[in-house]
Amino acid sequence: MYPDDRRYTREHEWAKREDGRVRVGITRFAAERLSDVVYIELPKVGTEVRAMEPFGVVESVKAASDLYAPVSGRVIEVNADLLAHPERLNQDPHGDAWMIVLEPASEAEWDQLLTAEAYAELVAAEGA
Amino acid sequence: MNALRRTSLYAAHRAAGARLVPFAGWEMPLQYASIVAEHVAVRTRAGLFDVSHMGEIRVEGPGALAVVQRLITNDAGRLPVGGGLYTPMCLPSGGIVDDVTVFRVAEDAYLFVVNAARREHDAAWITEHAAGAAAVVRDVSDATALLAVQGPRAATILARLAGDEVAALPRFHARDGVRIAGVPTWVSRTGYTGEDGFELAVPWDDAPRVWAALLEAGQSEGLMAAGLGARDTLRLEAGYMLYGNDIDETTTPLEAPLTWTVKFDKGEFIGRDALARQRATGVTRRLVGFEVVDRAIARPAQEIWADGGRVGRVTSGTFAPTLQRSIGLGYVSATHAAVGTMLQIQIRGVGVPARVVRLPFYRRPTS
Repeated sequence: MYPDDRRYTREHEWAKREDGRVRVGITRFAAERLSDVVYIELPKVGTEVRAMEPFGVVESVKAASDLYAPVSGRVIEVNADLLAHPERLNQDPHGDAWMIVLEPASEAEWDQLLTAEAYAELVAAEGA
Repeated sequence: MNALRRTSLYAAHRAAGARLVPFAGWEMPLQYASIVAEHVAVRTRAGLFDVSHMGEIRVEGPGALAVVQRLITNDAGRLPVGGGLYTPMCLPSGGIVDDVTVFRVAEDAYLFVVNAARREHDAAWITEHAAGAAAVVRDVSDATALLAVQGPRAATILARLAGDEVAALPRFHARDGVRIAGVPTWVSRTGYTGEDGFELAVPWDDAPRVWAALLEAGQSEGLMAAGLGARDTLRLEAGYMLYGNDIDETTTPLEAPLTWTVKFDKGEFIGRDALARQRATGVTRRLVGFEVVDRAIARPAQEIWADGGRVGRVTSGTFAPTLQRSIGLGYVSATHAAVGTMLQIQIRGVGVPARVVRLPFYRRPTS
């Protein structure tokens, strides 16, 4: 269910290493909880984000939810397609509906992220 | 923390895969599938809601009308048996105790249908003001489940179970003793969605039978179970107040767009003097509807700005599925309440442009 080619946060973001950069999105679990997404706010390219601090917001019909950066770094890419079509977040959260790509500030934070297995356990506990 | 209460339909909601959330002390379905899908079903076909958390309070006896008239701002004096109305109940200050529907259910008996969060408070308030009158107050909420079937196909669905005559009830009229799936049901042509529809009060434990019968009768009409999420987006598009958000004890009917419910000419009622003074001096703030120019969503308690300063606060906001726009309600100073006025909603530190628009946001097409 949760791909093991990446790591996860307790706030339901995923982080995937790609040639030294880190692609970030939210998990299927989070996307399903946020059904009826209507608006997504993401930082501009060049913004510095800090690990486990909000970098953006997903607005669903019901509520606004913060997005947390898995690692610190500089935003080098933003998914403009997703901003234009926020409803796609519910369709492919682990793939096309990625949110930002970061140039990580350090390698040290990576090891604090959850493995797919640990994340699946967290979801199982929360979903119960 | 007290345990959440559950309606008699709790098992049915669980079986249907509903996401259940705490609401006013109850564990209620927020949504079954998607809020938007349920919203669209109600606007285009029909939706079925469990609103058993709402309260029902009866006032009975020869003095009942006098008690009712003292408690409400609207005029129950000319209600026929089976007739009902929407009304605030006010404090002496003019602040709103609750907004309710009141039906004359028999010659000398009235039924208040009240908000879940205000039920205990209302029961005490009504009882207090019935003291000394020839009237008895009974809170029958625990014995009464309430369902709402709403949408353009609601009458067709109800007719299958209760006959054409019931389905032809005029708006804000009710009938008692209707049998649905063998269950004695009180049916009113009312709702909180902006669509045609009915509300059905049934004995608490019989609600699952009526619920199942409605779902079955409505299947061919596209009836969907709908949760509180859709109920909120539907009521907001229709411009209906949500007690606790848009109105409360610190706001008056004249500040909210409820002036039409205040009948100064009917005689004495609680809050009349304060409201008459407010009418004479003019209100200093008004609850207005606004459309956000962007897709960002206004949420309660966000500040409303204009001309470089704060002029009010948001009380309700959502993305309106039917209108495909971000809409909201909020109190603004009377000088910024005119339709067309440009405002800024402070959303996460940014002043997002919004425009005051006429209420309701949505009006159902009349055939």
